[in-house]
Amino acid sequence: MAKKKLLNKNAIAIILQRLACQLIENHNNFADTVLIGLQPRGVFLAKRLAHIIQNDYQVKDLKLGQLDITFYRDDFRRREEPLAANTTSIDFTIENKKVVFIDDVLFSGRSIRAALTAVQSFGRPSEIELLVLIDRRFSRHLPIQPDYKGFQVDAINQEKVLVQWQEQNKADAVYMVS
Amino acid sequence: MAGFSSQHLLGIKHITKQDIELIFDTANHFKEVINRPIKKVPSLRDITIANLFFENSTRTRLSFELAEKRLSADVINFSANQSSVKKGETLIDTVNNILSMKVDIVVMRHPDVGAGVFLSKHVNARIINAGDGTHEHPTQALLDAYSIKEKLGSIKGKNIVIVGDILHSRVALSNIFALQKLGANIKVCGPATLIPKHIKSLGVGVELNIDKALQWCDVANVLRVQHERMDIKYFPSVREYTQLFGINKARLNALNKDIVIMHPGPINRGVEITSDVADSKQAIILNQVENGVAIRMAIIYLLAEQIKNA
Repeated sequence: MAKKKLLNKNAIAIILQRLACQLIENHNNFADTVLIGLQPRGVFLAKRLAHIIQNDYQVKDLKLGQLDITFYRDDFRRREEPLAANTTSIDFTIENKKVVFIDDVLFSGRSIRAALTAVQSFGRPSEIELLVLIDRRFSRHLPIQPDYKGFQVDAINQEKVLVQWQEQNKADAVYMVS
Repeated sequence: MAGFSSQHLLGIKHITKQDIELIFDTANHFKEVINRPIKKVPSLRDITIANLFFENSTRTRLSFELAEKRLSADVINFSANQSSVKKGETLIDTVNNILSMKVDIVVMRHPDVGAGVFLSKHVNARIINAGDGTHEHPTQALLDAYSIKEKLGSIKGKNIVIVGDILHSRVALSNIFALQKLGANIKVCGPATLIPKHIKSLGVGVELNIDKALQWCDVANVLRVQHERMDIKYFPSVREYTQLFGINKARLNALNKDIVIMHPGPINRGVEITSDVADSKQAIILNQVENGVAIRMAIIYLLAEQIKNA
């Protein structure tokens, strides 16, 4: 198994700053915007971005939630391994708010499709945007594209993109595994 | 993640501690789901479930039906008093007729002990036992244990007394199996005539004095006096039962601690429990009902997961 480093800690830090700034450009003080990290791995990215927006750019009252899509997946009863659900916590209203979904890797687009269905259980947002750290081009199964992307990867099917976070894996890094 | 170890839920006796913990973990997520503005997930949209009730039930049937609908399953209901059972059809024929309508899961309550096990050997569907005679009522035990865990944080090492008609109670037997697997100490308390002769062989203590039992326990699960199952008189009068075993405020005030009061319903107010106790903060009777939906969603979800889409 070959493992090639695509991004190191410094490169990721620069990308996170840029993504945070792009969010601020479009959403000002976040009065009408909520950030939602997708479980399990989008939550790390969402927390990092929220931290930068709150501490480096003094945005107060930023609303951050986490959404689990297990019960909305389209491959239930079609997988060998059972799926374990994660915690959903959205303790604010999303009615008429701008929602930004945050996930680490955009691949087939199926998780985002599930998230679009799942989030409707909490109300009717005025609009939904998508932010991803890694956009794997040419691998989409559905017509879904990101509004904000950190880094674009052209990978073929057998290759995997692995995002590691300091909180979980000791260091920030993005690898291509083949 | 390991899945549920059994193809059916026929009783607590044959599932593992890991199964119970998996059901609890899954139920946690469904409890969050049923407190959302829209309380429904699409997971089981291509699954059909038949609720076969050969015996009366209100809350269990409603709870199952709600759990199934919250998971987006298609649901058909059947109750024996308006069916061909009265015309002499056998259980297997009834169920096979229903299954030819492409049903994936059967939830069954039946007055005969072992009806669920029997069915699981003869028909091709996942079976959930919603109560078989005086034998087991696994979903009730799971929601009871889940409610205790939610209230006290854990079950291991807790003292739990089951009060009342143990002899005719499927709730008692399933509770004993579930709580023992989770590490609780169990005693039963009630009139000697309503305590099964060999109950001690299950590792359960017997206490005939209700005040001593309450002093010992952290949780009292108070059962209904089931007049409909009593073929003979097991105690002289309801009034005497209430005096000797009824849970009232005076009994609870005499304790030097607050214990948790549970009841599987339906309550005979003023018989096994007084209204002021049933409606007090110590009672978690309505939490049990809410948790029942989450627990049943978890069980149905875990069994449905095993039915692979061809």
